[in-house]
Amino acid sequence: MLLNEFLLLGAVLFCIGVYGVIARKNAVMVLMSIEVILNSVNINLLAFSQLHNNLDGNVFALYIIAVAAAEVGVGLAMVLLIYRNRKSISLDELSEMKG
Amino acid sequence: MLAATDLDVAQNVAFGIIAVIMVVSAINVVRSRNVVHAALSLVALMAGAAAQYLLLAAEFVAVTQVLVYIGAVMILFLFGVMLTRARVGRETDLNNKNWAIGIPVALLMLGAMVYVLLQGFGDDRLQPTSQVSTAELSDSIFKPFLLPFWALSFVLLAAVIGAIVLARKD
Amino acid sequence: MLAEETAGWFLEHAWLIPLIPGIAFAVIILFGKREIGGRRVFPLAGAEIGLASMVAALVLAIGTAYQWIHYVRGVEDPEPVIKSWTWWQSGGVKFGLGEHIDGLAVTMLFLVTLISTLVQIYSLEYVRGDRRYTHFFASLTLFSAGMLTMVLAENMVQLILGWEIMGLCSFLLIGHWWEEEANSRAALKAFLTVRVGDVGLLVGTAIMFGAAGTFTISGLFDWANDPATSHTVLLWASVALFIGCIGKSGQFPLHTWLPDAMAGPTPVSSLLHSSTMVVAGVFLVARLYPVFHTGLMINVVGQHFNLIAVIGGITIIIAAGLAFVQNDIKKVLAYSTVSQLGYMMMGLGVGAWVPAVFHIFTHAFFKCCLFLCAGSVSHTASHHSFDMKKDMGGLARKLPITFGTWILATAALCGLPLMSGFFSKDEIIDFAGHFHYTVFFVIGLIGAMMTTAYMTRATYLTFFGEPRGAAAHFVHGDAHDDHHAVAHDVHDVHDAHGHEPEPAHARPLPFAPTDSPWLITVPLLILGFFSIVSGYLNAAAFKTNFFHRWTEAAIGVEVPEGGAFKWVNALPSIIMIAAGFAISLFVCTQIYGTADSRLKGLTQRRAVLRGGYQFLVNKYYLDYLYEKVIVHAIAHPIAAAAYWVNQNVLDGVVNAVGIGGRKTGDWVYKNVDQRVVDGAVNGSGTVARGTGGVLQPVQSGKVSMYGALLFGAAAVGALVLVLVNS
Repeated sequence: MLLNEFLLLGAVLFCIGVYGVIARKNAVMVLMSIEVILNSVNINLLAFSQLHNNLDGNVFALYIIAVAAAEVGVGLAMVLLIYRNRKSISLDELSEMKG
Repeated sequence: MLAATDLDVAQNVAFGIIAVIMVVSAINVVRSRNVVHAALSLVALMAGAAAQYLLLAAEFVAVTQVLVYIGAVMILFLFGVMLTRARVGRETDLNNKNWAIGIPVALLMLGAMVYVLLQGFGDDRLQPTSQVSTAELSDSIFKPFLLPFWALSFVLLAAVIGAIVLARKD
Repeated sequence: MLAEETAGWFLEHAWLIPLIPGIAFAVIILFGKREIGGRRVFPLAGAEIGLASMVAALVLAIGTAYQWIHYVRGVEDPEPVIKSWTWWQSGGVKFGLGEHIDGLAVTMLFLVTLISTLVQIYSLEYVRGDRRYTHFFASLTLFSAGMLTMVLAENMVQLILGWEIMGLCSFLLIGHWWEEEANSRAALKAFLTVRVGDVGLLVGTAIMFGAAGTFTISGLFDWANDPATSHTVLLWASVALFIGCIGKSGQFPLHTWLPDAMAGPTPVSSLLHSSTMVVAGVFLVARLYPVFHTGLMINVVGQHFNLIAVIGGITIIIAAGLAFVQNDIKKVLAYSTVSQLGYMMMGLGVGAWVPAVFHIFTHAFFKCCLFLCAGSVSHTASHHSFDMKKDMGGLARKLPITFGTWILATAALCGLPLMSGFFSKDEIIDFAGHFHYTVFFVIGLIGAMMTTAYMTRATYLTFFGEPRGAAAHFVHGDAHDDHHAVAHDVHDVHDAHGHEPEPAHARPLPFAPTDSPWLITVPLLILGFFSIVSGYLNAAAFKTNFFHRWTEAAIGVEVPEGGAFKWVNALPSIIMIAAGFAISLFVCTQIYGTADSRLKGLTQRRAVLRGGYQFLVNKYYLDYLYEKVIVHAIAHPIAAAAYWVNQNVLDGVVNAVGIGGRKTGDWVYKNVDQRVVDGAVNGSGTVARGTGGVLQPVQSGKVSMYGALLFGAAAVGALVLVLVNS
């Protein structure tokens, strides 16, 4: 198998995730797009790990999964809080930091 | 994809099918009008990712993916969707005002990365699958990468506490 | 050509004669009023220096004359004694100073020094107490120095130098009491009128230099006598030089300044404007006679008129005419001077060189004497007034010495036989007739008659008849003294002659008309004596021709001999004199006498006579012509043009610069300052704000936008990296 198969797959997923982050209005949807990105990164890592016959990639991928879990937890908590205060999680309306 | 003469034909075919599924799911995640459909497409994506991990001889990671990602994270997402009263059914405007900028940005990035990858890793082949034993993996975690493990545990602790604090009603 | 060394010490050193008064002038000006320890260094405030210098010059002049007479005795054609020092050189031309001593120079040296000495003695009394006593003597001394420089000048440049010094001193002295505007105007008129003539002098000198290549008198003699010299050049040179003489010697038409010059003190009038300065023009013609004689073709067979004779003749008649209508005694004498100068010029014009120069000699004595007599009368009789009709009369017995010398001088002036004037003036008339200048012969005779007539009038008004005015204040005894004291004080206040109120006068006021102190009368007597005696130097009737022999070498050119003297030829002039005297006496007694007469007021009643009288009183309206017409026509447009240039051109330029500056400032303000500079400044602000405005949407506060930017930047960065590294 070519390494590039996996890498290209990862690249495509990454770009789709990026599109989703940019394009989506719902905060939860943005978080989902971030998950897509993280998953593509994982594929990348594991492909390289297999290439070099090294375990470091696996370990790193595990850590990423853990961190992603933590991040989603906190992120969704924040979304809940925002929803409670503003009754909306549309990112278009959340522009208090506007300059 | 030049995999015609390889004995890995089966693996390549498997990879291809799963990759297609993954890409379609991903597109569905970012383009779907229904939040729940998007969440479920994300589940499919993750499942496909787990299958790819298996192809890459990383069983432990694949299993962990299924258990943690699909089992926990996606449930969290679904709870989040529920608690934020996302309307069940189609929503008209899940894309923000400037969603069109995303396309060129994504395409640009894709182009850059594809070019680099093709340039850099043109003919690299993956070796035949060699088993990764879980014992070696745990050894690797708890010896060289112990410090990140502890940091990670703290992160999880902080995340849990933070989530609870943030989400409390009173 | 230098004469031999044996010419004599005085002849060799005659250049000292002008030098001593020159040094004295400097001393008087610098030290005259100096005081040491509160006391004056010179008790007479410098007058004694001037007098001493003139006496020294006189002694030297007498010595020079004596040696000259000795020198020419027995010598057929005596050479003039010439000495020269180079003053400066410029472009190959040498300008020198020196002496050119011949008979003419010796005559003038003696004459000028003698008259100057007598006048300075006279001035010691006359000008005593004056406000500018020192300057008076300084100017008088400087004048003598100038005239003496001119008289023995070795070249034209020195001659012009002396000429101009005399002009300056004339100006200074006429305007001696310049506080009265009339005096300073008269001084300016004298100076400027003579200046007009001086243009001719300079042009003539230039012509002569251009043609002859030299300034020296002897060089010019050679040039004029050279048959190869162009006659036209000589003619033009003569005409130009003569114009200078017209101005200086008061010939028609530039005679108008001489009567006005009587505004100066009497010693000035007697020295400058009668005997010495005004004859400078005649002297010039006599000095450069070869130029004039050849240029104007004097004595050429068949000539009846030439420029010099015509001008001289006209001057004689018109001046004599004007002398009849003057009330001021000095003005009568001034016109008489102009008339006699006309005689001298006419004499030179008809070729009577020796008689004309001799007339300079004799005229100086009796005219100076007449002026000093007039001064004496004003000093002690008419109380500083010169008005014959108002303040004189009946003074014959009261001023015996003055009266006596006046009569002697008048007789000489009229040309009474046996007086000096007879031997000089009548010789001129005789020569005119002999050389067939008939018109001028007649003019001379008529002039003689008129001279006698107006002098009789002046004598009658001054010394005979009833006393008038100031002369009458003190004729009666003490009964009128208090009244006169008051009137005298009033008169004092109106005094127009600048005397400080009488502290130094010897007599207590009031005083009766009486003869003057000896400082005044002694010069009168000396001059009166010379008026009689000087004629005998060249009395053709008595076969003495000393003067002729002494001076004829100075003529420089061949002139024909005059006719031998015959008493028959003198008869016409004697008859004319007698007729003039008789007619004038008759008219005077009729008009001015106390008896009732039909002639009294004749000019008032008859319109023709009144018109003629007015014409004479207004001096033929020449003054009006000169001042109001000619000068005004020239000066007024020039002044107007200058004013126009000043207002429009000069001020215009200045204003334009100012306006231009202001307009430039405005434009710069509007365009550069407001638009460019402020625009840049405002523009930078606007640009900054615009940039901010443009960049502001970036900070939209929207996460997706931030995300887009982030990933977009990363994509671009990756692309750049790829491109750079590929």
